[in-house]
Amino acid sequence: MAEIQIKNVAKTFGSYQALHSIDMTISDREFMVLLGASGCGKTTLLRIIAGLETPSVGEVWIGDKRVDHLPPRQRGIAMVFQNYAVFPHLTVFENIAFGLRMNKLDDATIKERVNRTANLMHIEQLLQRYSGQLSGGQRQRVAVARALAMEPDVILMDEPLSNLDALLRLEMRAELKGVLADSNTTTIYVTHDQVEAMSLADRIAVMHEGRIVQANNPVEIYRNPAAHFVGSFIGNPPMNFLNATKGGKGKWNVAGKSFSGPQSGQENLEFAIRPEDVTLNGGGLDAKVRIVEPLGAHNLVTCDVDGSLFRAVIDSDSKVKAGEHISLAPMQDRIRWFDPQTTLAVA
Amino acid sequence: MENKHLPYMLLLPATIFLCVFFIYPFTLVAWEAFSKDGAFTMEHFQTMTSNWKFEISFWNTLLLAAAVVPIQLALSLLMATMVSKMQKGRDIVLYIWTIPLGISDLAAGIIWLAIFDQSGYLNSMLYGLGVIDQPENFLSYQNKSTIFIAIVLAEIWRATAIMLVILVAGIGLIPKEYYEAAEVFGASNWKRFTKITLPMLKPSLQTALVLRVILAFEVFAVVAALGGTNFPVLMGETYNWQFELQDGNVAAAYALVILAISIVFTLVILRVLRVPKGAQV
Ligand SMILES: Nc1ncnc2c1ncn2[C@@H]1O[C@H](COP(=O)(O)OP(=O)(O)OP(=O)(O)O)[C@@H](O)[C@H]1O
Ligand SMILES: [Mg+2]
Repeated sequence: MAEIQIKNVAKTFGSYQALHSIDMTISDREFMVLLGASGCGKTTLLRIIAGLETPSVGEVWIGDKRVDHLPPRQRGIAMVFQNYAVFPHLTVFENIAFGLRMNKLDDATIKERVNRTANLMHIEQLLQRYSGQLSGGQRQRVAVARALAMEPDVILMDEPLSNLDALLRLEMRAELKGVLADSNTTTIYVTHDQVEAMSLADRIAVMHEGRIVQANNPVEIYRNPAAHFVGSFIGNPPMNFLNATKGGKGKWNVAGKSFSGPQSGQENLEFAIRPEDVTLNGGGLDAKVRIVEPLGAHNLVTCDVDGSLFRAVIDSDSKVKAGEHISLAPMQDRIRWFDPQTTLAVA
Repeated sequence: MENKHLPYMLLLPATIFLCVFFIYPFTLVAWEAFSKDGAFTMEHFQTMTSNWKFEISFWNTLLLAAAVVPIQLALSLLMATMVSKMQKGRDIVLYIWTIPLGISDLAAGIIWLAIFDQSGYLNSMLYGLGVIDQPENFLSYQNKSTIFIAIVLAEIWRATAIMLVILVAGIGLIPKEYYEAAEVFGASNWKRFTKITLPMLKPSLQTALVLRVILAFEVFAVVAALGGTNFPVLMGETYNWQFELQDGNVAAAYALVILAISIVFTLVILRVLRVPKGAQV
């Protein structure tokens, strides 16, 4: 049992507050992905869970034990560091074996585990090399193998595949998902790559400026962003946002068109729609096409709607050209609304 | 074209300096040790080794180094680790610990003489406390072992800081991330010291040990102050032959012996503490 509970954790560095009251529970064996812009506090949160940083306030629980006063080695975790931290004075083999030797496993077990994880990460031919003789991506895979070999209750991975080429990353992603699903490991995984996040996560926690804005399963995060930031951060291209003004009971005026929306007391709301949730039907929003980018399966059209930037993903068969005026009809059930003051979603 | 020669041009002044002030005098000394009336001879070495003091001073020197250097190594490692862990006041502690470095070795010897002397601090204190009835001469020829201990203490006091300074700099160069990784993967404090600090400190350990061992073979003033003629060492004998017995040839032979053991130990230290190819940080 390795459920991780983070209770009201905050962290300040001098006068800078890196984390604001984080509350999060990661269930046993869950695969949790932390997603967020650079500098939002992902590594800091991971280091607090690992015990390399002490929280300024709050508690960290692993299993049914409070751990925030315990040193890292007593927390039953393994970690892949963002900067790898592969020991330069040890061979790849000894690097992967490091934690196992510290746990005093016998040589046969160590050898077996090192070979198995090295095979998994495709570094079996590098076992006798030193870290200085490896490429960045190879070094990163050593760091991942070193953590996996521990077969820990909790594994913390800080952008473990960031330095691999696209193909290898795809392959490693699948391998990781397989191994971690077969083991009893609870995983927290930091990444910048949304596709990676979507494909791996049981749940995604989106972080913004030291807070967790939303933690939910990938589809929910994508479909129903809890805040403006989530919609604008998740999805490539991200959500479109337009101003909406009140136009009667449950009706909202957006770029000269009327849409039915929430029964809110406010005068203004933010109208949001994903680029792929619009169709080229008449009666929609009037859009002046600026750029058309063919992406193979479909075209990405960047337009100007009511003076705002608006992106739409449309079929690549369409003959839309730059400079034209087109009508983009949002699918009614995919429209989302946000409060411009709080930036939170309005139902 | 110009670029290819530039490094050599820049090295030239230092090379000339070394040739004039080191290689040339060295060959002169070597020639003096091996020649008589312009011809090669081993006579001076025979004079040296047949003297009863040679063997004693040779073993005394090695014994002193063997007693002093390991203690200094352990002490300086301990002190360097402590200093490196300090958040505040680090510089002040380091300055205080390195004060003995600023004192000449003869002055250091005299300071310790003032402690161990028949009318010194130690005697006054023991007498004051009633441990002894009358002052004891710790440094007389009958007390060879206390002479040895006094010299060892003085040497440790005087020259540990030189290793400390090198090791503190070396430890400061080890990135924090390796300690963090080791800690996460289950290494205790002691394991982090043996598995991370020591191996990554090898280059600094090499420098510190080579420097210290060479200095240990050249020990002279401290021994002269505390032991006088009761504890002959190689450097003291060199001085004796040169200035007391006025035989520069034998003195040169002694100097070559010191040089030879220095070279041997340097090579051994470099070999034992070498960093495998590819494992350089
Ligand atoms: N030791 C520290 N002292 C002061 N500020 C720090 C320290 N560590 C992190 N910070 C600050 O805290 C914030 C969060 O840093 P953190 O490393 O957690 O970001 P991150 O989300 O991991 O970013 P990235 O995706 O770029 O790795 C940053 O603004 C950073 O400058
Ligand atoms: Mg980070």
